[in-house]
Amino acid sequence: MIDMQEVYKTYPNGVTALNGIDVKIESGDFVYVVGPSGAGKSTFIKLIFREEKPSKGTILVNNKNLHKMKWKDVPFLRRDIGVVYQDFKLLPKMTIYENVAFALEVIEETPKNIRKRVMEVLDLVGLKNKARFIPDELSGGEQQRVAIARAIVNYPKLLIADEPTGNLDPDTSWEIMRILEDINASGTTVIMATHSKEIVNTIKKRVIAIEGGLIVRDEHRGEYGYEI
Amino acid sequence: MYVMNIEVNTAMKFRTVKRHFREGSKNIWRNGWMTVASAGAVTTTLVLVGAFLALMINLNQIATNIEEDVEIKVLLELTVDEAAIETVGDKIDKIPEVSSVNFSSKEDELANLIESMGEEGNSWELFEQDNPLNDAYVIKTEDPLDTIDVAERIEDLDEVQEVNYGKDVVQNLFRFNELARNIGLVLIIGLIFTAIFLISNTIKITIMARQKEIGIMKLVGATNGFIRWPFFVEGLLLGVLGSVIPIAVIVTGYHYATNNISALTQFAFVELLPFNPFAWQLSLIILAIGAIIGVWGSVMSVRKFLKV
Repeated sequence: MIDMQEVYKTYPNGVTALNGIDVKIESGDFVYVVGPSGAGKSTFIKLIFREEKPSKGTILVNNKNLHKMKWKDVPFLRRDIGVVYQDFKLLPKMTIYENVAFALEVIEETPKNIRKRVMEVLDLVGLKNKARFIPDELSGGEQQRVAIARAIVNYPKLLIADEPTGNLDPDTSWEIMRILEDINASGTTVIMATHSKEIVNTIKKRVIAIEGGLIVRDEHRGEYGYEI
Repeated sequence: MYVMNIEVNTAMKFRTVKRHFREGSKNIWRNGWMTVASAGAVTTTLVLVGAFLALMINLNQIATNIEEDVEIKVLLELTVDEAAIETVGDKIDKIPEVSSVNFSSKEDELANLIESMGEEGNSWELFEQDNPLNDAYVIKTEDPLDTIDVAERIEDLDEVQEVNYGKDVVQNLFRFNELARNIGLVLIIGLIFTAIFLISNTIKITIMARQKEIGIMKLVGATNGFIRWPFFVEGLLLGVLGSVIPIAVIVTGYHYATNNISALTQFAFVELLPFNPFAWQLSLIILAIGAIIGVWGSVMSVRKFLKV
């Protein structure tokens, strides 16, 4: 699914975020990415759907070489990857329904299938009755679930979630984890950046720890390993 | 779980075209005051452009009317006989720039003179026995601007005594008309450029506020074209919406002007182009300018936010 070799990333302002990353993530994996703030987690994630380009090294996602990828092909890469952003990135003037439907309109799905599938995922995240609201009218947790709904609506091969439980109360967090586990169970690869020790230590999955732009630990059924 | 057909197709499907039109129209509402600002910029500039166009096109028409009234009167020597009159006529006819040649005998000339003098003209009837006037040719040129040149050439002919075409007046008139036309053209071009600049700038500002949204769309997997099309539709609608008031203003204003122009001026040559079709043609031009500038401003402004 993902294969990174010798990946470096230095931002134009001189900050080096990644310092030689080597990692392989197989199809169907569930991976936590942990580490202190500013260690390079977000950069690691952004490289996967090419929001950022590496300064050096090769990245293969879904057998596509991101280094050689042209601008016009990037949208097609992103259609196979659902991303749940820390700040949700919902379209503020569109309703919840329209936000989720957007990911399907992009791939030119039929209106009939769009209606059916959007209501299906909104039901899955428990927001069927809020379809006509706009994002600002929803709570943080609800917006988070809309973001998840949008990320999974087109059956992506890979789901990336950047701190999907940050800022959420425990109950909502566990609910979101249940949704992510269900998606993973249906065959989607899940990569989740998190600061939640409780989640990582309870729902045991592969843990990749990034510190100072390097992978310092990579274990299956690992622990969070940091004291908060 | 059923599998959806996620096919990659380069040609846009019809349902997507429909979607872009729907989305573009929705954006008009979604952006509320931003739409008002953009359409307002279109409205104010197009009222100016429209009024100015109406004025300039009419002034140009009036100038053309005056120029077309310019004619050359060729007075022949008093001594010429029938045959000489013929030859001169042929010679004049052979000048390529000449469009019409009308012979007016000395009798015709006298009759015209008497008629033009009205009551007083009766005393001139005495001259009918011994007509002191010349036989004449009245000439018009294809392009009024050739008048002076043609007149000078005719003057060189042997049988010609005198050529009248109001030399100084005509020269000044032509010079003035040319200057007025050039100034008008420059002003119109300048005004249209100002309009383009003002409108596309306003639209750019409103779209800048949506930079984040455009970025989000890209991250969800939208191609540039997919994002651009609704903006195209939105720009088109903005332009059309913005030209409604200018068209109304121009049509009413012009209607009023054509109905009252004769009362406002005593010169017969000051005649406006007829309301129908001119007012409608002008409306169409305004609509086209609005639509083109709207689309252009919108699509251009989106362009630079697409690199995400």
